[in-house]
Amino acid sequence: MNGASAISMGPFVSRIQRRRRSGHVFELICTVLSFVGLAFLTVLIARVLWEGAAWVTLKFLTNFPSTLEPENAGIKSAFWGTMWLMAITTVIGVPIGVAAAVYLEEYAPRNLLTKFIHFNITNLAGVPSIVYGILGLAAFVRWLRFDRSVLSGGLILTLLVLPVIIIASREALLAVPKSIREAAYALGATRWQTVRAHVLPTALPGIMTGIILAVSRAIGEAAPLITIGALTYVAFVPTGPLDAFTAMPIQIYDWSDRPQQEFHHLAAAGIIVLLGILLPMNAVAVAVRASQQRKKSW
Amino acid sequence: MARAAVKAKERTIHVALLACALISIVTTVGIVWVLLEESILFFAKVSPLDFFFGTKWAPLSTTPSFGVLPLVCGTFLVAGGALVVAIPVGLAAAVYLSEYAPPAVRRVLKPTLEVLAGIPTVVYGYFALTFVTPYVLRPLYPNTDIFNAASAAIVVGVMIIPTISSLCDDAFRAVPRSLREAAYAVSATRMEVSTRIVVPAAMSGVVAAVLLALARAIGETMAVALAAGMTPKLTLNPFVSVQTMTGYIVQASLGDTPAGTIGYQTIFAVGFTLFLITMTINVVAQRVLKRFREAYE
Repeated sequence: MNGASAISMGPFVSRIQRRRRSGHVFELICTVLSFVGLAFLTVLIARVLWEGAAWVTLKFLTNFPSTLEPENAGIKSAFWGTMWLMAITTVIGVPIGVAAAVYLEEYAPRNLLTKFIHFNITNLAGVPSIVYGILGLAAFVRWLRFDRSVLSGGLILTLLVLPVIIIASREALLAVPKSIREAAYALGATRWQTVRAHVLPTALPGIMTGIILAVSRAIGEAAPLITIGALTYVAFVPTGPLDAFTAMPIQIYDWSDRPQQEFHHLAAAGIIVLLGILLPMNAVAVAVRASQQRKKSW
Repeated sequence: MARAAVKAKERTIHVALLACALISIVTTVGIVWVLLEESILFFAKVSPLDFFFGTKWAPLSTTPSFGVLPLVCGTFLVAGGALVVAIPVGLAAAVYLSEYAPPAVRRVLKPTLEVLAGIPTVVYGYFALTFVTPYVLRPLYPNTDIFNAASAAIVVGVMIIPTISSLCDDAFRAVPRSLREAAYAVSATRMEVSTRIVVPAAMSGVVAAVLLALARAIGETMAVALAAGMTPKLTLNPFVSVQTMTGYIVQASLGDTPAGTIGYQTIFAVGFTLFLITMTINVVAQRVLKRFREAYE
């Protein structure tokens, strides 16, 4: 190597090495930070299992809560409250949400009203859940006189998750190829016949994903239920939609908020039961979506 | 005859579907109406000036004071802290997912990050109160209050990581491949392509993601109600107990506040303030996002 090229290459070579080195450091930092969320999740679940696993007993599932004897307290009323809320939200929310999505994707003319509905749904999805609770307090509890019942709670959660169902269902409908609709129209089918017999069945997996995610969001919510004054201490199972209720997230909040250690164990046990319902639901939704994406090439 | 029947049925279905779509508008109108109705009653008793610029929040005391600033301060202390956690982690994860990760890692990591958004927020609150404060914060800074803004900010930050990482990942992947190829052709390293080409090109997507995450952090309730405390305070110290707007609404709802009393109306006045703040941020975020989509899609 002659002297001249060594002088001119020298700084250039060292700069390239420096750039490569900082590139490696950057890649390492990004990789590590990507797994921070996963690490947090692992610690959280380990901590909850450590604190609560021994407390998840048959007694815990079949007893009512007790403020005096934590060792005999259970989650029965909260579990059934959550089941009621889930049923109400599904029965009312799913038909309305899917219908709204069908209207927006299959029927709506391109006009100002449609545009406004779109804009409105996007914004509703960003409204804090506690604001829905305030709406429910005035509309369902006071105005419609449903009181602090499981029906009021279910209706609030329905309004809360409607945007989620609508947005997911719209995406699923949008992914249905035009040719399917045109084939039906060519045979003389009406719009509704086309939607019911061809478009909806094709979009069903995507809609199901949205519904599962929406319902799992609903049963994890506590804030809007606390706003309408759902009770934190309930020693009975609701037998009708107008009965008072509690729900698992509210019960977990109440136990976590007490200073005594025993109640924190109860909270952890409650979290195990709640996540035991929620995480499998999430997993199913993710699996359905993944299998859809794989065979999306029509 | 049969044709007329079919037509009538089609029209009925059309109207029924439209009615379902209109429920979203009824909901929005309902929210605004309910919040306004009680807030107007509240502002008949308390001057808006005292409410929006007062520095002391003690609505249920015998000498009540209705300055909302301490609650707004607590809210932004927690939400700002959450962004300090979520922006670097979420952005780094998005860069990794879109520029570095092998497809197999990506397929696993992305849904796992989304699980963070699916965990009920009360669980984060439990974790902040019984783990983050005693086992992470107190060993580092022993004078930490049992209820403090820092623990709430950390868990809310983790909660909004998926909002940032997922939206930024989408934005990065929408940046045309040709821009990357051009940079590689002049021998840019992968890091230079990421930080000088992809992130700047997707900047409006990043801004929108951060704004949406901020709105979510501001409206977050159960984690902050458990972890941040119930002491309205005008402070920037993250290690003391504060109270957020959402935390106050929970506290007032759990207490005895019969309809018609000033305590009941504060729920609506604070809720209205919260609604205005999050709505503004969301609308701005949607605007920014729309401009980004117009640029690349």
